[in-house]
Amino acid sequence: MRIKWVEQMFDKIEPTFSEGGKLGWLHSTFDAFHTFALTPKTITRSGSHIRDAVDSKRSIIVVIIALLPALLFGMWNIGYQTYQANPGFFNSQSSFLNFWWFGFVRMLPMIVVSYLVGLGIEFAFAQGRHHEVNEGYLATGLLIPMIVPVTTPLWQLALAVAFAVIIGKEVFGGSGMNFLNPALVARAFLFFAYPTHMSGDKVWIASGWWGNDAIAGATPMGQLATGNMPSASVLDMLIGTIPGSTCETSFIAIALGALLLLFTGIASWRIMLSVFLGGGLMGLLFNAIGGTTYLDLPFYYHFLIGGFAFGAVFMATDPVTAAQTNTGKWIYGLLIGAFAVLLRVANPAYPEGMMLSILFMNCMAPLIDHCVVARNIKSRQSRISRTSGSTGKEAHNG
Amino acid sequence: MKNTDLIKLPFSKNNPILVQVLGVCSCLAVTAQLKPAVVMAISVTVVVALANVIVSLLRNTIPPRIRIIVQLVVVSTLVVLVDQVLKAYMYDVSKQLSVFVGLIITNCIVMGRLEAFAMVQKPWPSLLDGIGNGLGYSVILIALGFLRELFGSGTLWGYPVMEKLGLYGIGYENNGLMIMPPMALILVGLIIWAHRSKNKDLIEQ
Repeated sequence: MRIKWVEQMFDKIEPTFSEGGKLGWLHSTFDAFHTFALTPKTITRSGSHIRDAVDSKRSIIVVIIALLPALLFGMWNIGYQTYQANPGFFNSQSSFLNFWWFGFVRMLPMIVVSYLVGLGIEFAFAQGRHHEVNEGYLATGLLIPMIVPVTTPLWQLALAVAFAVIIGKEVFGGSGMNFLNPALVARAFLFFAYPTHMSGDKVWIASGWWGNDAIAGATPMGQLATGNMPSASVLDMLIGTIPGSTCETSFIAIALGALLLLFTGIASWRIMLSVFLGGGLMGLLFNAIGGTTYLDLPFYYHFLIGGFAFGAVFMATDPVTAAQTNTGKWIYGLLIGAFAVLLRVANPAYPEGMMLSILFMNCMAPLIDHCVVARNIKSRQSRISRTSGSTGKEAHNG
Repeated sequence: MKNTDLIKLPFSKNNPILVQVLGVCSCLAVTAQLKPAVVMAISVTVVVALANVIVSLLRNTIPPRIRIIVQLVVVSTLVVLVDQVLKAYMYDVSKQLSVFVGLIITNCIVMGRLEAFAMVQKPWPSLLDGIGNGLGYSVILIALGFLRELFGSGTLWGYPVMEKLGLYGIGYENNGLMIMPPMALILVGLIIWAHRSKNKDLIEQ
């Protein structure tokens, strides 16, 4: 469907932005908005090109739709948690919509800052390199505010976004060339640069506008780190009515997104399943050892607390930074799950094992793929030499 | 090569850290604050310059097969001297630098200049080459120390800059990542990036 006046407007201003036009240097910016609004008119002219209907723009849109349940629930939960910690805050107007609006008003600036800074840098780099602006950041920019505490100061968020886009992505050549998940790079930056804002009891619950009167509220992970069982019930954790990073608390909301991603085939089911398998196996192993609260924690608790589910569904499955081969995806996912649980239990200094574990396996993914491919070549070569007897030697050289 | 080039080139086109990528280890380890970075920079410059001169003077008498050992003896002697001077006159900085003073012996810049330059050049050019490379190293070290102390601890040479500017009052906070060595590596990378985009002839194909 084309809206006439939009089309006419783009046609009218196109010469200004083309090569040699008055604003020719802004060509990438124009192109980004043009292709965002309308399907490009240019068609492939030579040869045959079989293309999937799902291009990167559409997969990004699907990812954003898949994030919506968690996002909307997260907004409500921000309000609900504040109400739990300080009922007086709402002046007895504790309705569903009030909670949601309270969270929406606090999430919106974070999302706006993330998009403004991130897209600004992306446009600048695309412009400087005469590339098309890639849509990858539309998903990353929404993910970043979803995985940080609600009290994160906006300037720190902006700094983290700039760091993630420049150091995590653009220095390697932009979208598709990065080896680390940019959203997690942003979170890791915040985690190491401003640790007091990323963990502890004081950061999970929104309060006054500038966070002057911080309200305490321990997350299940925080309680475990001090040697206590989480006070929240399994049902609470499934629904997500617990303190935590803005949008990663609800297992059910994340599961809804996961279903969409799996149904459309945008995320790999192998990775998603194997992350949970790896985490579960590691949890069972620790249960067998036993001794402390953390070791005895039932293995399925690990799926419900912290960012495990969110990371498994939206971060580990990032097609750019995950392993590419099918066998590789199993290894990659299993190790992410196992390392996440290992880090949580064995190193309480780093409460969020999921982030570090995914980043670590991002680095290892190319190695895994290399080994899988090398092994495949080897097994096929040995098959050739088995079946063709003496001619096997030549096959080796080929 | 002209003598002035021996001093000038290591600053930019042939910088030991940015172009030769030597001495990176110590530049990550000692630059969390400005003061140790400056002291380290001076120490390395002194050691490279003097070692270059001594090895250059000895170059015709050193048997090639044991030249590394001889160079190491010369360098170690100088490093021990530097270490003793620091302990005597700047004890607190010496404690901060800890093993990294001793590790100047293994600094690739020192060995690199001895092998590549002093073994085949006369003492005067060797001295200039040593000073040039030492200063080239110093520039990066001091730049890193400046950035990391300013944004990591909010101070410069121990003086609370950020506090005096009143930035903490409006919500500013020190960046903990700046104090960690990985951030020094990223900063060096950014400097190399800027440096290469200015000197396009340094970009490898």
